[in-house]
Amino acid sequence: MAATAKQADRAAPARNRRTSGSSRSRKSASSPETAASPDAPLPPPDGETLVGYYRQMLLIRRFEERAARAYTEAKIGGYCHLNLGEEATVVGLMAALEARDYLFTTYREHGYALARGLEPGPVMAELFGKTTGVSGGRGGSMHLFDARRRLLGGYGIVGGQIPPATGAALALTYRGEPGPDAEAVMCLLGDGTTNIGAFHESLNLAALWRLPIVYVIVNNGLGMGTPVEQAAAEPDLYKRGCSYRIPGERVDGDDVLAVRQAARAALTRARVDRQPGLLEAVSHRLRGHSVVDPAKYRSKEETDRLRELDPVPAFRSRLLAAGVLDEDAARRIDERAEEQVDAAVAFAEDSPDPQPGQLFAHAYATPVPNSPHQLPGEPVLPARQEGAF
Amino acid sequence: MAEMTYRQALHDTLREEMVRDESVILLGEEIGVFEGSYKITAGLLAEFGPTRVRDTPICEEGFVGAAIGAAMLGMRPVVEIMTINFSLLAIDQIVNHAAKMHAMFGGQVSVPMVIRTPGGGGQQLAATHSQNLEVWYAHVPGLKVVAPATPADARGLLTAAIRDDDPVLVLENLALYNTRGEVPDTEQVGQIGRAAVVKPGRDLTVVSYSRSTVIALDVARQLESDGVSVEVVDLRSLRPLDRETVCASVRRTSRAVVLEDDWLTYGIGAEIAASIQEGAFDYLDAPVRRVAAAEIPLPYAKPLELAALPDATNLAKVIGEVLDATRFTR
Repeated sequence: MAATAKQADRAAPARNRRTSGSSRSRKSASSPETAASPDAPLPPPDGETLVGYYRQMLLIRRFEERAARAYTEAKIGGYCHLNLGEEATVVGLMAALEARDYLFTTYREHGYALARGLEPGPVMAELFGKTTGVSGGRGGSMHLFDARRRLLGGYGIVGGQIPPATGAALALTYRGEPGPDAEAVMCLLGDGTTNIGAFHESLNLAALWRLPIVYVIVNNGLGMGTPVEQAAAEPDLYKRGCSYRIPGERVDGDDVLAVRQAARAALTRARVDRQPGLLEAVSHRLRGHSVVDPAKYRSKEETDRLRELDPVPAFRSRLLAAGVLDEDAARRIDERAEEQVDAAVAFAEDSPDPQPGQLFAHAYATPVPNSPHQLPGEPVLPARQEGAF
Repeated sequence: MAEMTYRQALHDTLREEMVRDESVILLGEEIGVFEGSYKITAGLLAEFGPTRVRDTPICEEGFVGAAIGAAMLGMRPVVEIMTINFSLLAIDQIVNHAAKMHAMFGGQVSVPMVIRTPGGGGQQLAATHSQNLEVWYAHVPGLKVVAPATPADARGLLTAAIRDDDPVLVLENLALYNTRGEVPDTEQVGQIGRAAVVKPGRDLTVVSYSRSTVIALDVARQLESDGVSVEVVDLRSLRPLDRETVCASVRRTSRAVVLEDDWLTYGIGAEIAASIQEGAFDYLDAPVRRVAAAEIPLPYAKPLELAALPDATNLAKVIGEVLDATRFTR
């Protein structure tokens, strides 16, 4: 049973909860002959696609469980934030994003990296701090980056990604015209982040400048240990774009297809109409804020309830019931995910550590004289000849 | 060569770089329709239009961060922050993002952004509008910080900054915008990371940057007629810092004074002094002295403001003290 009425409200989000977007009244930039409106339902995905989503969700699930274990084995240091429980949101969002789009995430990003197509080995290697890591071991769990797959980070500062994501969308307006083939930006953020200044400044700019960007709030009910209602004066987070006339929508983050649908519609409006959008995906974090958080602020009832809502077994059951998967196929998928994660860990373990001699490898993109490259204790100037008096 | 103001040199550089490279765009408050609060960007909106000269709302964190994101996708934004005081609103984006992205993401991306911003006090703008915060940014690996003192250097260093693929903060100064100097007609790409001996001398080195260099040169010229030969080293680049040029000068003169507009404690001069005493210890005949601003939020009242800010008289006095302490004979 939910502890507060508000938690119950958030726990069972109504479908299709939306603010009246300015897009309704704003003249569309697209031609009148454009096909179905952004909100027209996508054709139902075929069995192969659905199984593909399940595969991705399970890979994320197993990867994150293994990362948690690796952290306790001291193979991963620093912070490690997991997407456990959020797999449907992750896969649904990444299914909507095109290869040509750009993605900015929070620090809770391993699942997004995997669903975006980064190989599990180099992702695990980044967590292990190896040279073969996606960021060369320089960034770690919170700073995954892949230029080719257009994952532009990975950010540890809460909300730090939002202005740069907005700027990336600004750059897109110089590159090409709006249209169904145009590029767009998806910027992920957490529920707690909607209270920081960078969120508000960025949404204002996106609306003023008509940028092709969708801001996706992954609302898992908690900003670290703080419930949404204790941090946000407007806890219906999808409404928070109203101040900027940015239409908002709340979607059930446990429903991978609903997430995909909503994200696709918002991205279409962004790329075709240059109408920025706000999407709130209500999901759940199965564990604590990070691997070292025992989540004592959660009651046992809450933790049990979360287990019941777990989207991964739920999706598996749904596919089995629909005949898209049988038990054998499901088991093979499970085994495959385990194999992939095992291989990722082996790759990471066998990869080399970066050496101190490489410390300054990425000091600057443009080399300039007198860049200080002293290690601690080294002199400020190279040693001079004696007797130069 | 043409004689022009520091303001004009900046303006012409922006214009030429925008003609040369269409990925150069300007962002900032009041840079377009208002023509710039200090008129650096006058006429550029009319020439290049509102997508290349973008007036922003008052949201430094937002528009500096947006410039970072645009730079990540290959644009070359030149952001004007009205004064360095307001950079504090954007300091997270500058320090935690622009400075760190290239290294943190394993070299996969760079941030070819320029921030242009004036520091300085002396116009009775009071405490929050009169600061010199450049040392905070000069402290941060991943940033470059340049401080042109003359119109020629304004042109050269701004050009270099725009063409550089890293985030560069170009420190201007309210008191320098109307100063005049010769600027070559040809393309000038300054060297980030190098200081310059702008006046050779034998007896004492003054290390300075920006407005302080102008003051130091005035004092040095006056002292020549008194039989004192002062060498002035203009840092021009605060990050990277050209320690070798500074130390080489002190090896020649044996005496050093820093003139700086920022507050004394933990200021730019603290680094210069530490570097000189480590890099040229055996050559020093006296401790390195620093002439810096009094450590109090700058008051509005003119007599107090004058008293708090370092000037030519302060510098000449300290130079005299160092010469006396070393029994210098004219």
